[in-house]
Amino acid sequence: MAHDLAHDLPHDAAHDAHHQPGGLMRWIQTTNHKDIGLMYLIFAFVMLLTGGAMILGVRAELFKPGLQLMQPEFFNQLITLHGLIMVFGFAMPAATGLANYMLPLILGAPDMALPRLNNWGFWILPPAAIMLTLPFFLGVFGVGPGAVDTGWTMYAPLSVQSGWGMDFAIFAVHMLGVSSILGSINVIVTILNMRAPGMTLFKMPLFAHGFLVTAILLITIMPVLAGGVTMVLMDRHFDTHFFTAAGGGDPVLWQHIFWFMGHPEVYVLLLPICGVVPHVLSAFARKPVYGYKAQVYGMWGIGALSVVVWAHHMFTSGMSVGGQLYFMYSTMLISLPLAVLFFCWIATIWRGSLSFETPMLFAVGFVILFGWGGLTGLVLADAAADPQYHNAYFLVAHFHYALYPTTVMGAMAGVYYWLPKWTGHMLDERLGRLHFWVVMIGFNLTFIPQFLVGLAGMPRRIPDYPVMFSEWNLLSTVGAFILGASHLIFIYNVVKNVRGGVKSEAKSWEGAEGLEWTVPSPAPHHTFDVQPIVK
Amino acid sequence: MQGLKNLVLGVFAALGAGATWAEYSWSFPQPVTPIAHETLHVHNLFMVIALTLFFGVLALMLYSFYAHRKSRGATAATFTGPRNRKQWLWVLSPFAFLLILDYGVFGIPAYHAVKMYEDTKNDAELVVKVTGSQWLWQYEFPSEGVRFTSRLTTPREQIENLAPKGEHYLLEVDNPLVLPVGKKIRFITTSNDVIHSWWVPAFGVKRDAVPGFLREFWAKVDTVGTYRGQCSELCGKEHGFMPVVVNVVSEAEFKTWLDSKKAGVVAVAAKTTP
Repeated sequence: MAHDLAHDLPHDAAHDAHHQPGGLMRWIQTTNHKDIGLMYLIFAFVMLLTGGAMILGVRAELFKPGLQLMQPEFFNQLITLHGLIMVFGFAMPAATGLANYMLPLILGAPDMALPRLNNWGFWILPPAAIMLTLPFFLGVFGVGPGAVDTGWTMYAPLSVQSGWGMDFAIFAVHMLGVSSILGSINVIVTILNMRAPGMTLFKMPLFAHGFLVTAILLITIMPVLAGGVTMVLMDRHFDTHFFTAAGGGDPVLWQHIFWFMGHPEVYVLLLPICGVVPHVLSAFARKPVYGYKAQVYGMWGIGALSVVVWAHHMFTSGMSVGGQLYFMYSTMLISLPLAVLFFCWIATIWRGSLSFETPMLFAVGFVILFGWGGLTGLVLADAAADPQYHNAYFLVAHFHYALYPTTVMGAMAGVYYWLPKWTGHMLDERLGRLHFWVVMIGFNLTFIPQFLVGLAGMPRRIPDYPVMFSEWNLLSTVGAFILGASHLIFIYNVVKNVRGGVKSEAKSWEGAEGLEWTVPSPAPHHTFDVQPIVK
Repeated sequence: MQGLKNLVLGVFAALGAGATWAEYSWSFPQPVTPIAHETLHVHNLFMVIALTLFFGVLALMLYSFYAHRKSRGATAATFTGPRNRKQWLWVLSPFAFLLILDYGVFGIPAYHAVKMYEDTKNDAELVVKVTGSQWLWQYEFPSEGVRFTSRLTTPREQIENLAPKGEHYLLEVDNPLVLPVGKKIRFITTSNDVIHSWWVPAFGVKRDAVPGFLREFWAKVDTVGTYRGQCSELCGKEHGFMPVVVNVVSEAEFKTWLDSKKAGVVAVAAKTTP
């Protein structure tokens, strides 16, 4: 099928820009996967900076005990928006952007399978982001109660009680959910139908496998969240009492619904990066990927297990003994497929011929830091010990060690790896190395103190804290600002790369493998009008 | 080289100074209940294993970064998987080890710990009902008819940095909960409005207070003293300002305290009954 499709398309790639409108309309109407991928990535980065600025406000307030900069109401809005923006506004669109730009190039396809759907999927995002943050900015100017302030988990009945910022958040979640389902449908259809002739599923690069599992997970879980937030909306305005005991409901039901989405969501953020990282490790080790099939099965294993372990986020809510034991032991099982991936990543580097260009630094940084994030998850799985860590800063540090190295450093590894393909210029290695080390120092300085202060007993989501936690919070705030500053280096580096630099060849890196390196750098507007044959 | 030496000495001096700060806390508070002892034990065991694994694997990676560098003339191998029986054994052994770690080293003690954590009813000598409320705690001894609220007493000036902060800043209340030492207390939690969570780190227990439902846990405190904690489920704007303070006293002192509280109840009843 894919073969016939390719031959029906026009062969003259030089003509394509002619039929497009110019200026803004070009971007609004575009159905080109590279345009849309680029827009996704830029949108995600703007959201990263927005969510980051918000958490820097939080860290500034926590610099020392006492209320200095803001009142608790405002603090709660900042932590909530930080969580929602980073997960739904930054991490997921960043992954979808990478998928859009790179999947057709990696699969040898002319474009994504459903280009108009692709356009729509992206253009839902900016209104959704405005919907989510508008009450916040109105609140800053004294209009209304401000944004959603319940934490990103939106636990009922607090979310039933909250101001109308919550309604805006509910509709924003609906829109973001629709967007990511559309994106996921496109990814699945593209991967299953548009691969180059000869590229069987088990010859398909790991990048595509990572996104395939992610897309299937998203289609499984996003409707559940959409249903859940709709129930909150009904409780808020139409007295349905889904989450109110007085009307026969149960507040803990919300937690089950939320974490049924929320736990697989962690792997939705991780798995695309598990697809990206082997490409980078293998390229700079100049050695083929180790355990390709094991990694594919590992990713499917993680995907399958991720939907049956959700209630380990709820050990303190008062579950039955049977429930605690089931969720504890099933959670521990996830360490096995994850260990398979770690084993394969390290074995890919082992006895290679290594060099440490910027993408490799970020990929290796991801493996190391995410390793610690995963290990600390093991002790959180212990249902009896968990209450001591749960909702304390230990937990905050744990999931940032799991999420930052993946969503930010993993995505950076991917962006740096393929940037020469996008811009046609090689990277400034000196700036890239600087960026990496500032990230490493800033990140660890931010979150190592949070492990310690959490063990000492500091709960999360508090705007002010007892004096015995002062020193660690001070260090953490210093680290957070260093980490924040690292993104300025990234912007400068990318802008510099777009504007000029050493010309990149079609194959930008010595050890790089894959169809994307067979097209010129920068990749022309249309690629693979005729699909290559993979042997 | 001299500069580096001075830097290292400086860091150690700073750490040494840090160790002398009495309030410089960075690990679990001294455990005083069976559950807290168990949790600290698991935590220490876990930390040793996790740190060993982490630094072991990191060392392996760092060795590879050094030894297999292109600039040192390393040529890349081409293997993509285990090729013979011996290599398969090497590849599978870490996973066997991980299984033993998960379900043996952690899994078996965790099973007993969960059983212990949930054993709220056997031999409980006293029942305390804890009700979360925006933003204070209510305590009740149902069998004694004693009931009171416990709210933050830290003055607003200290929070707004207009006055120096006291020793127990944000961890002081008007009416602390008083409990007898060495007795198994069965706690029942609930809430009046949203979900709160009752946590005293030294007890190693944390349980949500869910509106409309009863949840349980227990504690048997083995040392007399004052223990402090905070609400640990986001419950609105004053979430950071509803601490938990528990005074654990001898049996005799507890009796005296309970009687004084009962007298208070009677006095209030006398005043309000016509």
